[in-house]
Amino acid sequence: MNAKITRRHTLAAFALAATALSPFAAHAEDVVKVGVILPMTGPSASTGREIAAAIKLFQAQKGDKAGGKKVEVIIKDDTGVADITKRLAQELIVNDKASVIAGFGLTPLALAVAPIATQAKVPAVVMAAGTAIITEASPYIVRTSFTLPQNTMPIAQWAVKNGIKKVVTLVTDYGPGIDAEKTFVATIKENGGQVLDSLRSPLKNPEFAPFLQKAKDLKPDALFLFVPSGQGAALMKQVSERDFAKEGIKVIGTGDVTDDEQLNNMGDAVLGMITSHNYSADHDSPENKAYVAAFEKANPGLRPNFMSVGGYDGMALIYAALDKTKGDTNGTKLVEAMKGMSWTSPRGPISIDPETRDIIQNVYIRKVEKKNGQLYNVEFSTMANVKDPFKAAKAAKK
Amino acid sequence: MLTVLFDGIAYGMLLFVLAVGLSVTLGLMNFINLAHGAFAMAGGYIAVVMMQRFGLSLFWGLPVAFLVTAALGAFLERTLYVRLYDKPHLEQVMFTIGLVFMSVAGVDYFMGASPQIVDVPQSLDGNIDFGGVSLNKYRLFVIAFCAVLTLALQLGLSKTRFGSRLRAAVDDSRVARGLGINVTTIFALTFAFGSGLAGLGGALGAAIFSLDPQFPLKFMIYFLVVIAVGGTTTITGPFFASILLGVADVAGKYYTPTIAGHQIQIGGFVIYTIMVLVLIFRPQGLFGRAPGK
Amino acid sequence: MIDTALHATTGGESRAMAWFAERAKWRWPEFALWIAAFALAFVFPSRSALFNEVAILALFALSLDIVLGYAGIVSLGHGAFFGLGAYVAGLLAKAGGGAGLYSDPTFGLLVAAAVCGFVGYLTSFLVLRGADLTRLMVTLGVALIFAELANRMAWLTGGADGLQGVLPGKILGLVEFNFMHPEYAYLYSLSVLFILFIVARKVINSPFGVSLRAIKGNALRAGAIGINVNRRLNGAYTMGAAYAGVAGALLAQTTAFVSLDVLEFHRSADVMLIVIFGGVGTLYGAIVGAAAFKLLYDLLAAATPQYWQFWLGLILVLLVLFVRGGIMGLVSGLYARMTGKGETP
Repeated sequence: MNAKITRRHTLAAFALAATALSPFAAHAEDVVKVGVILPMTGPSASTGREIAAAIKLFQAQKGDKAGGKKVEVIIKDDTGVADITKRLAQELIVNDKASVIAGFGLTPLALAVAPIATQAKVPAVVMAAGTAIITEASPYIVRTSFTLPQNTMPIAQWAVKNGIKKVVTLVTDYGPGIDAEKTFVATIKENGGQVLDSLRSPLKNPEFAPFLQKAKDLKPDALFLFVPSGQGAALMKQVSERDFAKEGIKVIGTGDVTDDEQLNNMGDAVLGMITSHNYSADHDSPENKAYVAAFEKANPGLRPNFMSVGGYDGMALIYAALDKTKGDTNGTKLVEAMKGMSWTSPRGPISIDPETRDIIQNVYIRKVEKKNGQLYNVEFSTMANVKDPFKAAKAAKK
Repeated sequence: MLTVLFDGIAYGMLLFVLAVGLSVTLGLMNFINLAHGAFAMAGGYIAVVMMQRFGLSLFWGLPVAFLVTAALGAFLERTLYVRLYDKPHLEQVMFTIGLVFMSVAGVDYFMGASPQIVDVPQSLDGNIDFGGVSLNKYRLFVIAFCAVLTLALQLGLSKTRFGSRLRAAVDDSRVARGLGINVTTIFALTFAFGSGLAGLGGALGAAIFSLDPQFPLKFMIYFLVVIAVGGTTTITGPFFASILLGVADVAGKYYTPTIAGHQIQIGGFVIYTIMVLVLIFRPQGLFGRAPGK
Repeated sequence: MIDTALHATTGGESRAMAWFAERAKWRWPEFALWIAAFALAFVFPSRSALFNEVAILALFALSLDIVLGYAGIVSLGHGAFFGLGAYVAGLLAKAGGGAGLYSDPTFGLLVAAAVCGFVGYLTSFLVLRGADLTRLMVTLGVALIFAELANRMAWLTGGADGLQGVLPGKILGLVEFNFMHPEYAYLYSLSVLFILFIVARKVINSPFGVSLRAIKGNALRAGAIGINVNRRLNGAYTMGAAYAGVAGALLAQTTAFVSLDVLEFHRSADVMLIVIFGGVGTLYGAIVGAAAFKLLYDLLAAATPQYWQFWLGLILVLLVLFVRGGIMGLVSGLYARMTGKGETP
């Protein structure tokens, strides 16, 4: 054992020496570079921080070896601006010889990179952005986060089952919000329900009051909400002001609204709110208990949210693919290896759909409850192995 | 309908408290302080820290936020801003933007990037019915509080000795100096007071919209709109401009007119269209006096 | 200096001509700068994607310097033209599908310049009146309305998802953009910047440019000596808008993507910072400012991806406290000390 380690060390030392001596060996064969592009500053910074923390945790837990090679992660900040994301992706591939690129906090950022991934034949692992169409933009895009239709459909079906007939939707006016709205409206209408109004609030909007007031004045059975990660607290603050419960209006939404990262700050007003989502920090499994404990230990005061788990699983997927190809970094082979991969994540069983390269996962219906003085999304019903309904419907048409 | 008006007024009142300090310093020293929002953010975070770390209620958070940001304003005015009064406008812009960048990253470093939430005191939670219209207690408190504040400001400006000196200095600082008024001291005090008000507004607003490190950048445009429309020569100008803006913004989002069968969301356009139109027809602002010099 | 110019004009045509010729003369640091800029593509081809961003930003800053530094119009909404140019070029390249006239990059630049120049001319009437703050807010308001329009017209612009399928054709029908060779894109953008810079330099040193400075110095007096102030301002604003449109078009073509953030407030604010950072009303300030800003950002963001803003802010603050006139102020101070001569162009 000892001898083995020493030998490996000697080898590593030789490799290092070789790298130092020859400029052409700068990208030594036994290092695999993963370029992660995230919004670390700007309005979406919290997404970037959660994912970066999860990636660091993954490497701390599982080591930096996969497929017999050393995995080196390079994190870059794109401030959430598409042309910078694209340039960083280009530099990571051309200069740093990254074998995999990953991250992508917002839909346009992922879409901007798609042509590069295709041309360079480098896998792009989407760890955050949630618009359905992203995986169709390039055959090298694989997603480990979620899609909005996937997370929205279960709550719409839950609403139908629970006798909700008239609804109003309020979503943020950008790709994922419109995806959520469309899915919810379609499901309600198919089941004979009625959509009184579909409201969209601007992406940069500190004031939700007029939209909420309008929703209240329309007197629906339920109000469906979606806002991107990071805006949930502000929205729920204003929702609680309006006293929807008194008018008999149920407030439901996707789990983005009751984001684990902020849930505790939202106050008792969100107690009892029902949402559907792919991940809750309260998910009852040994994998998740270990994950949450380790994450909170490494990042005091920060609770892991669905973004973090997208980053964690993204790393797990990259490691597993490298193991499968035995360290071969050919992009096409890596994507092939990723297709159909399945494993148990902190969020439950997940797999990569071999047809669409999108994630298949359980979506849970949850209710906000107080546990040990803290607010959690407590799961009470599961919809198993949900595929992205948007692409599933497309496939069915063909 | 009434609720929309009510929400709009509450929003406008908040904007006024946030922006009035900027308006006065701009009118007084012709100094463009784009870092004004950073003081508002500081006030908000001070309230958050008071409440989360020390368990105080918002009622205590407000005066503390005011005092600490006022002290911070006075300190920065004496050490940094004072060196810039004779520099061109554009260099002032670069300087204050630099301060904004530093404050954004600094707050991020100490408080994290995720939005902070301020809990409304128990007594102000919930709604009350007012002639069939349900009004939020906290917003009602914000309106009452800001109205009292505005009255006090107006009285302070028109009745006190300091107020008349300040008005004289705004009208013509050279002549005021000649009359033996210590404009430098007046400015330092006004700057500190304006910063304190911004901090107070930040603390008040944090309970309505969430607070994050991007706050100074997000609200910079709104402040500038208030000042451009309201003018910088009075405080009633920015006051009415804020109310107008608040109501227009809220109403623009509430009402979506239908044109040719399509719902047109005008929310994003209303404020800016109003502002551009106002400025085209009255370049000195809706309530500003044309420069008489 | 303006006074000498005007005296010269009244004093005699030949002396005026000599004065203009003297001003238009190229000096050695200018040659050195441009040669170095082109050489970068061959020395550091791997960093060319960043240099390309610098070149585009420099052109954008140059366009604002014409408006701000020469015509004296404080614009916080110059991003409107940048974004408009980007969408025009992007939509053209999309319509062409990678071949034919519509996808021809040069054609895209020309159309973008024409459209933005036209819109610039129309909106220039809004900024003729009012003080700095008024102009600042009118331009800002117009830009925000543009951004909202692009968001609403998702059927055309792709809305918040961004414009997909932007396929620019070969440059001059010869060279294809290749992401493995970012130096092609850089050389393309740099050439456009160089050509437009020469044009701007000529215009600034022409009687038109001198009259602009006279207006900036004192509009009332300039009017009194017979300069048609409003028409000169219209002209400068139109030119600035067209230049900004070309910069936006370059971005769309070299990144093959357009998203709503081309129209966002931060573009207008950043470019204004860059012009002040470099030195207002110097032309070179825009270029040096863009390079310094972008490279600083790149260095700081690589060192501390979370907190680079703090250090950038600190640099801005220190620059204002200790230097007058931005980087060009610093440079011309040093140059004067070195050569014992006056200021650089």
